[in-house]
Amino acid sequence: MTLSALLPTRKPWFWSFAAAFAAWGMLVLFLQGRGADEAVTASLAFAAFFVIVGLGQMMVITLGPGNIDLSIPATITLAAVVAMRVMGGEDANIPLGVLAALGCGVAVGLFNNVLIHLLRMPPIIATLSASFLIQSAAISYGRGLQVRPPQALQDFATARLYGVPVNAVCAVLLAAVVGVVLARTVYGRSVLAVGQNPRAAWLAGVRVGLVRSATYVLCAVFAALCGVLLAGFSGGASLDMGQEYLLASIAVVVIGGCSVAGGRANVPGIWGASLFLFLLVSMLNSMGLGAGFRLVLTGLIIIAVITLAGGEPAQR
Amino acid sequence: MTSRTVITLSGVAKSFGAVKALTGVDLALQSGECLGLVGHNGAGKSTLMNVLAGTLAPDGGRLMIDGTLLDRSYSVFRAHALGVRCVFQELSLCGNLTVAENTRVFHPHLRGFGWKKRSAALIGAMLDDIFPGHGIAPGTPVSELSIAQRQMVEIARAFTVTDTPLRFVILDEPTSSLDASRAGQLLSFVRRQVAAGIGVILISHMLHEILETADRVVIMRDGRVVAVDAASAYDREGLVVAMGGLAHHQAQAREARAANGAEIRVRAERGSAFTARAGEIVGLGGLAAHGQTDLLLSVFRAAQRRTAGVSVSGTVAMVAGDRQRDGVFPLWSIKQNIGVRSLKAARRGLLIDPDRENRLAEEWRTRIGIRAPDLDLGILSLSGGNQQKALFARALGSDAQIILMDDPMRGVDVQTKREVYRLIRDEADRGRTFLWYTTEMEELYECDRVYVFRNGAISADLGQGQLTEERILQASF
Amino acid sequence: MTANALPSRNALFSRNALLSRNALRAALPAVTLLLLLGTIFWIQPRAMTPFGINLMLNLAVPIVLATMAQLFVMTVNDLDLSIGGFVGLSACIGATWLNQTPLLGVAALAACILAYAGLGALIHLRRLPSIVVTLGMSFVWLGLAVILLPTPGGAAPGWLKSLMAFKPPYLPFPILASIVIALLVHVGLMRTSYGAILRGFGGNPQAMRRSGWSSLRATMTMYALAGLFGVLSGLALLGISTSADANIALRYTLLSIAGAILGGCEFTGGRVSPVGAVLGALTLALAGSALTFLRISPDWQVGAQGAILIAVLALRAFVVRKED
Repeated sequence: MTLSALLPTRKPWFWSFAAAFAAWGMLVLFLQGRGADEAVTASLAFAAFFVIVGLGQMMVITLGPGNIDLSIPATITLAAVVAMRVMGGEDANIPLGVLAALGCGVAVGLFNNVLIHLLRMPPIIATLSASFLIQSAAISYGRGLQVRPPQALQDFATARLYGVPVNAVCAVLLAAVVGVVLARTVYGRSVLAVGQNPRAAWLAGVRVGLVRSATYVLCAVFAALCGVLLAGFSGGASLDMGQEYLLASIAVVVIGGCSVAGGRANVPGIWGASLFLFLLVSMLNSMGLGAGFRLVLTGLIIIAVITLAGGEPAQR
Repeated sequence: MTSRTVITLSGVAKSFGAVKALTGVDLALQSGECLGLVGHNGAGKSTLMNVLAGTLAPDGGRLMIDGTLLDRSYSVFRAHALGVRCVFQELSLCGNLTVAENTRVFHPHLRGFGWKKRSAALIGAMLDDIFPGHGIAPGTPVSELSIAQRQMVEIARAFTVTDTPLRFVILDEPTSSLDASRAGQLLSFVRRQVAAGIGVILISHMLHEILETADRVVIMRDGRVVAVDAASAYDREGLVVAMGGLAHHQAQAREARAANGAEIRVRAERGSAFTARAGEIVGLGGLAAHGQTDLLLSVFRAAQRRTAGVSVSGTVAMVAGDRQRDGVFPLWSIKQNIGVRSLKAARRGLLIDPDRENRLAEEWRTRIGIRAPDLDLGILSLSGGNQQKALFARALGSDAQIILMDDPMRGVDVQTKREVYRLIRDEADRGRTFLWYTTEMEELYECDRVYVFRNGAISADLGQGQLTEERILQASF
Repeated sequence: MTANALPSRNALFSRNALLSRNALRAALPAVTLLLLLGTIFWIQPRAMTPFGINLMLNLAVPIVLATMAQLFVMTVNDLDLSIGGFVGLSACIGATWLNQTPLLGVAALAACILAYAGLGALIHLRRLPSIVVTLGMSFVWLGLAVILLPTPGGAAPGWLKSLMAFKPPYLPFPILASIVIALLVHVGLMRTSYGAILRGFGGNPQAMRRSGWSSLRATMTMYALAGLFGVLSGLALLGISTSADANIALRYTLLSIAGAILGGCEFTGGRVSPVGAVLGALTLALAGSALTFLRISPDWQVGAQGAILIAVLALRAFVVRKED
């Protein structure tokens, strides 16, 4: 509170970028200047995956309290496995594979909707039980799968455009699109309205159920997209490839300055938080601190951010 | 049993923002007496009771119990320790706990081995005493009880005694969910308690209950006590007249607008037929929460999808009364709050055109007079009255032909009201239909036709010429 | 459920339908478990031996304990996303400090429980969303466990191993332990007078405060209890698997939520059922290991848990909807 008064900017995304910059600075300091630019490109490449799933999770969390998608990791894995199967290592099959993966995303999103709306399950339980099923489907379908991604996909996922990783470019474009959707389309405004006050949104003519459904589908599609790119980037699908993205997707939303009480999304903040998470890892690695310290620090930062942001207003 | 004064209120005042809920109340409450408290909507009854129960601190005035002056530290706990209990209108039971467990919550010393049995016996005996044949098992979770049964438990719990004495009980609309025979049981129990020396304040809109049960009647209006007298001094008519205050109800001369020929936009059935035509301002009167909001919501729903019993032709928009719950988007700017109902109309292609959004907001800022330096400021930077104007702008700026108003002028200053009344009349002249639920008498005079509601049904249908405050009160109570 | 006072005949008669629906709802966790057991025994009669049951319910005790921890937090309308990491940390402390320098181990575990109570205080005082705070803590617990035990290893104290290998005469140990845990929590939370107060805070916090009860104290109590049962879960898990790993229990976070929900608990309103939650946890534990008995591919182990969860909640939604 006092901190935000001191600095000129009170924009919620400022802090995530400031933190990312600080982590980068520390990293450069420890590397004594060597590899400062490589650290930037590497962090862009890796952060891109956080950004893609983080945007989807952000849309869901923006829908308001209780809304969260726990099926992201399973969806990433399933989409990657399906894409690799369909592509079969052939460049010609890439479009088909991508379509199949996105189709998986749509199917997962619709399935989540069935559980939430038809069976009236709380979203957290609905997406949790869906993720159990999806995970098993991915394991079963992907057993013995050792297909490498098609060369063209690998080249694309690891390519650089003027030194900037292509997947980072994709993630920036995606973020820009999401930003425009939120600010300038009826759907985006509806998401923000529902997140602030679903009853008022309904009384203002917003079709609340439809907006919620569409958002869960959108989130699953983003996860599927991340799965395909990740498979191309890391040379194939593996069954635990989605694991770290559950907590990470929520963490970037929180650190990025979105409101966990809903109604406030923050697209640049997702980027800042994703860069920060990756740079933090690099910085701690370069300091010779292990994974344990990195995890502890990540956790403490999440708690510090949410504590400083002040939580929900008093409900009286 | 001789009565003696237990609680003395002098000059108690309380305001919420610009609204003065209590403007200097003087009252003496006696043991062994049932005091009936009546008044129309917003007279200040509930606020006064909250002050007495310790849930609201008054802004001014003095509160004395047993001759000791109570300062700011007066609270629910002090009240409880002094033997003052209150049954609030909104129920304060925990739904996940059983009846016996809820009784335990009320009595900190009810613990140790066998507490459940003792608690069940305590509440069971009290329920038997007040409502013989109640059929409530103390082991039942409250969420499984009907609303009437919950109210019975809540009342009975307030009369249970363990370690602190019981001296004074406030019953705020205790019979609102009870049928006539249960209400009768409660009122005869109240008489028995009074005979035993306990003081009771009874608030009820069922005037016959007051007249039959109370020893004295206090009539409140506009945050003041306007009359105190023995209950025998009044009959039903007398109470209604005293509540209305005949002084200020000359109907403003308004040219009756002929809406009779126009197309019927809303048809519904609430005991008798309800209709609203194009260009008509239809008022929904009566006491608060007697089915008016319910009608508005079913009209709103019927406009979206086919609903049995309500037919609506035309687009609708709602002006919320409870801004926090139903209206305002707190994270958004004034402009966004105005524009949210008209997003589709503001599009150019796929995207919302910022110019159109600006124009809409600017146009209504001038027309309705929203006092804000910049429409990009957050909606919460506005005063309550100006927030309400923004909500009016949202509805009036939309393409809606039917505007539903859910008592939107609560807590709005006089100046704003005047401006909005004029605007509503202009818009009605252009063919819009207004369904206007209001708890304020003067607003009903702005309407072309008024339906008075009682217990969810229409109890009177008054055309412009037939409108008098007395008629409305008669139909309300 | 347990009508400790007999309702008058009149009441029973008029609310017969409602009572039976509630009974049905309360019986759902038990019915699910019995159905699952029945299916297993029908297909694979050899499983119906103490040895078979022991094998199938091998990991049940730690899951049951973790589910109880989750239940405490759920009672006050919060959710704990860190319990899995916390159970893992407890196991790691058990496999290192508790084994080598018992005093340090006990102190560390006690500190963990205190940390949980402090977490409850932080969440309550600053009105923070529990999901986010516990999400952050899940990183912290996991990180601490990794620092303590960077690679899988360590050793369980001997007494712990023999405790978990205990073979009571009539009942398989996991079942006996589950019954004891269920009774303990049921009595503590559902039958004591302070238990009623604790649950009241889940039902109507404002009314509780109005009656003079401290919500801070209630929240801290519930979080401390969650910490205690998390520690017990970690030690039980360690006793069974004899060595520890920081990642050993990460799945417990989701399993414990699923188990509690399966047992009829709800996210809001303080509606919890310790007995139901134990049954729910047993069902999930069984669903995990039973597939091998049913000769279904282990690929579908998690999937079976998801399917059971969906089936039961669908059934419950059906029951509840009829009530409306």
